[in-house]
This record gives sequence, C-alpha cells and structure tokens, in this order.
Amino acid sequence: MKRFDYARAADVAEALREGQGDGAAFIAGGTNLLDLMKLRVLTPDRLVDINRLALGGIERDGDGLRIGALVTNSDLAADETVRRDYPVLSRALLAGASGQLRNKATTGGNLLQRTRCYYFYDIAMPCNKRDPGSGCQARGGVTRLHAILGGSDKCIATHPSDMAVAMLALKAEVEVEGTDGARRRVPLDDFYVPPGDTPQVETVLGAGELITAVILPLPAGDRQIYAKVRDRASYAFALVSCAAVIGMDGDRIGHAALAFGGIAPRPWRNAEVDGLLTGQAPSDDLFRRAADLLLADAKGHGGNDFKIPLARRVLIDTLRKATRGDAA
Amino acid sequence: MRTELTINGATHALEADARTTLLDALRDHLGLTGSKKGCDHGQCGACTVIVNGRRINACLTLACMHDGDEIVTIEGLGTAEAPSEMQRAFVAHDGYQCGYCTPGQICSATAMLDEVAQGWPSHVSDDLTGEMDLSDAEISERMSGNLCRCAAYPNIVDAIRATARKEAAE
Ligand SMILES: Cc1cc2nc3c(=O)[nH]c(=O)nc-3n(C[C@H](O)[C@H](O)[C@H](O)COP(=O)(O)OP(=O)(O)OC[C@H]3O[C@@H](n4cnc5c(N)ncnc54)[C@H](O)[C@@H]3O)c2cc1C
Ligand code: FES
Ligand code: FES
Repeated sequence: MKRFDYARAADVAEALREGQGDGAAFIAGGTNLLDLMKLRVLTPDRLVDINRLALGGIERDGDGLRIGALVTNSDLAADETVRRDYPVLSRALLAGASGQLRNKATTGGNLLQRTRCYYFYDIAMPCNKRDPGSGCQARGGVTRLHAILGGSDKCIATHPSDMAVAMLALKAEVEVEGTDGARRRVPLDDFYVPPGDTPQVETVLGAGELITAVILPLPAGDRQIYAKVRDRASYAFALVSCAAVIGMDGDRIGHAALAFGGIAPRPWRNAEVDGLLTGQAPSDDLFRRAADLLLADAKGHGGNDFKIPLARRVLIDTLRKATRGDAA
Repeated sequence: MRTELTINGATHALEADARTTLLDALRDHLGLTGSKKGCDHGQCGACTVIVNGRRINACLTLACMHDGDEIVTIEGLGTAEAPSEMQRAFVAHDGYQCGYCTPGQICSATAMLDEVAQGWPSHVSDDLTGEMDLSDAEISERMSGNLCRCAAYPNIVDAIRATARKEAAE
C-alpha cells in the first residue's frame, strides 16, 4: 500500500471536514477499499475512518425504513422488519460475499464498491476507469464478467453489488450529506451515472460527500424474489441476477418492479419493462415479451454472449415464481 | 500510530504504521501467528478472527481501526491442554490435512454457531423468519468464506455438526 495519513472522525461534521481534498477517502468496512489499495488500484493519501460516526441503526421512516450508512450487511439481512417486509433485500445480501465479509461490509460502502473487471484490478493494464484516457482492454479481451447493456466505447465493466439491485427494485433513496452540511435524498435510480466518456465517474456523489442513510419506502409488492446465477453455488459475484417486487391485483399484476445485476455498469432497470407487465395477467407469452424488451439493445462482447439468453431465462423464471407466489 | 487492542483478554499497545492490517499486527507485531495469511484479499478466510463477537477477515481491516475492540484469535479459543469444543471436534473428526486453513475454520465456525443461535438466516434457508435448522447444506453455505485447499470439507462439516449438536444438548 502507498503510505497514507489516518484520521478517525468523531462525527459527521468532522468527517466532512477531514474528507476534503483530492487524496482523501472515507473508510467504512474497508473490504473493498483496502483490497484495491493493496493492489495500488486506489492510492489515497488520507483515510478518514467513519466507523465512529452515529450512522448506524435501522429505524421507521414514515411508512418506510431508514437504514444508517454504517449498518452492516449482516445486521441488515438479519433485521426482523427487513426479513418480513423486504425479503428481497435479505435474500440479495445473503447471496453476496461471505459471512465474514458481510459482518464488516456496510450499506454505504456496498453501494459504492467498485467493479470486479479484471483490467480495472490489474495496474499493468490500461483501464479508462482507473486511469482515464488510457484505453480499455476488456473490449477484445476476457469479458465473462462484463456488461451486455448500458456500456460505452470507453467501458463495459459491471457493477458488482447484489444489495443495490434489491434496493433498486424496492425504489430506495440514498441520503447524502454535502460538504456544506445540507442533506438531500437521491432516488437510487438517479444515483448511478452511465459510463459514457467518463467511466471513472460512477455516481452523482460529489467529492467529499458522505452517504448517511438509505431510505426504503413501504414495499409496493409482497411477492419478492432475488435470483442470482454465478459460477459457484456460494461466494461468487453474479453473472446475472434479478430482483423482483411484484404485487398482484386479483389475477393481474398490479405492481411490477424489476432490477438486474451482473449485466450493466450499474444496477439495471428498465421502466418500460415494469410498465409492460403492470395491469396484465401473468403468462409465459407476457414474460417473453418483457425479456424481448429488456434485452432489445443487449450486446455481447464474446465471453459474455451467454448472458443474453441467461438474463432472458432468469427473468422469465423469476416472473413465473413471483406471480405464482413462491416464497422469497 | 498507537492503537490499544484487547486480544484474548489481554491489552496490547501497538505502535505501528497506519498501513498495518489487523492480521499483520497479530502475526508480525504481537507474535500471534495462529491466524494465517492465505490470500490477503478477503477470499480465503484463513485470517478469520472474532472482533466484538463477530467473525471477520483480519486481512481486510486496519489494526488502527480497532482501537478499543475486543479481539479473539485461535490462541484465545483454547490451548493444547484445554481445547475448546470446536477444536476438540476438529481433532476427533480429522477436519484438516495440512492444517493451514484450520485456525480460520475454527474461529469462523465458532462465531457462526452464535449467528445461528441468534436466528440469522442464510442463503439456503427456506424460510427467512423460521427456526434455523443447521443442516449440512446450511453449514456449507455459512462456511463458504473459508476455503480448504486440502478439501477436508466433509470432515469439517462433521466437526461443526457434532459441536452444534453437543451445544444444543447442553
Ligand atoms: C472476496 C469478496 C467477495 C465478495 N462478494 C460479493 C458479492 O457476491 N456480492 C456483493 O454485492 N459484494 C461482494 N463483495 C463486495 C462487498 O460487498 C463490498 O466490499 C462491501 O460491501 C463494501 O463495503 P465496505 O463498508 O467494506 O466499503 P469500504 O471498502 O469501506 O468502502 C468502499 C467505498 O465506499 C466509500 N464509502 C464507504 N462508506 C461511505 C459513506 N458512508 N459515504 C461515502 N463514501 C463511502 C469508500 O470511500 C470507498 O470508496 C465481495 C468482496 C470480497 C472481498
Ligand atoms: S488471508 Fe484474509 S481472507 Fe485470505
Ligand atoms: S487443511 Fe490444508 S488447507 Fe485446509
């Protein structure tokens, strides 16, 4: 690791003060940041430890739930309200990483974890995300993990989070505190930005801004499923994943919100797919049309071509289960 | 950087560069070499220790972040003369070959049984809110963060199952 200064912030104001300046980085669980620092993919010269901030706890927020940025993935997955009312979130968390990692990984850190693209990780390789303008070796290279939707000429890396996919289907908002001390809420759907020509910019979070919480509204559907397909039965990132939050209105679909992992530079959703499903009676024909719509612009890069038929099957299977009422 | 760590009940004042991971602090600064370094990237679980009651990867955390924390390592779970139930079970069931992953397996399994006692579900639990029944599939899933290059997995599962049953009977 490159040498850095370490500061332990006592409260949010101190963290925001200490977090100013180009070379500063917040550290929460450290499970992603330290991994990348050891490889010199990231080389901050100051770490601001935010673990002593009062950003823990899961509380009621109106009809919904407010999850502090420092709540660990383990505590969130095991929370009784989450297990009962937001099972898709428990399922997504439990499908990610390992018991040890979930005990350290935090809600804020999980949202901001970086891609697992091999070329981003290997500092001997050019990478537009790590070293803007240097080029992309993934195109024409090994692309098993890479995006089929939403990529750009500059970058086809995927966002690796499982948690964020479930939160997107649950219409979560991210609470951010700016360097001026003002708090704002950003819908998770607007939080991640497309790679375009600047794949190093991944979210709307400004330099030195802190995530303070994630807010979940009352779930709009009680049929919730998280499906994850990966290379091993456990402890592997998603090749394709799908979070579904479905509410039935008699024998029709009253509410549909789908989100996908492993296929795009951000947790992916397509509002038109949700719109196509809403108000319709479930059928395989409907599900196939939803898959056609989701994947209309999908593009393989060789090693990830399989993700197009795989995403299709995962979508159809998840919708069958959710509309049938299989348990999360 | 000066950091105060409570390890296996004893307080240690550590004076080390901020870059020192908890694993390197234990092994290289404090002489507690029971915790092992396999990958140094959170992928193998050989470095698993228990911090404030929870199992974590000591390689992916900085020692200075643990000022005031209570840390338990394999050395604190038991000794050759007075092993813990889990340690005894690993010996009885031959839950290793080379033994390199074993301290991490035992720390992980010990804390994992507490997670089950608290009713935490896992990826393979059919019911998120029901009673947790520690089937072999549950043990494998909950221990998936601990790799064993010698593939002693069947005997590791036997050792953990036996310990869980013994604890349940008490
Ligand atoms: C072997 C391995 C397997 C894994 N498998 C999976 C998997 O299957 N699925 C999955 O989803 N994840 C997986 N992960 C990733 C894991 O979920 C992330 O590392 C973790 O969620 C990051 O959280 P953290 O608190 O440790 O973040 P940190 O490493 O502390 O921080 C990550 C980033 O977020 C920033 N940050 C943290 N908190 C805040 C905040 N409150 N405000 C502003 N910025 C902040 C940091 O500056 C840093 O840039 C795996 C990780 C490993 C090592
Ligand atoms: S050495 Fe820590 S997980 Fe491998
Ligand atoms: S006993 Fe050799 S690695 Fe597990």
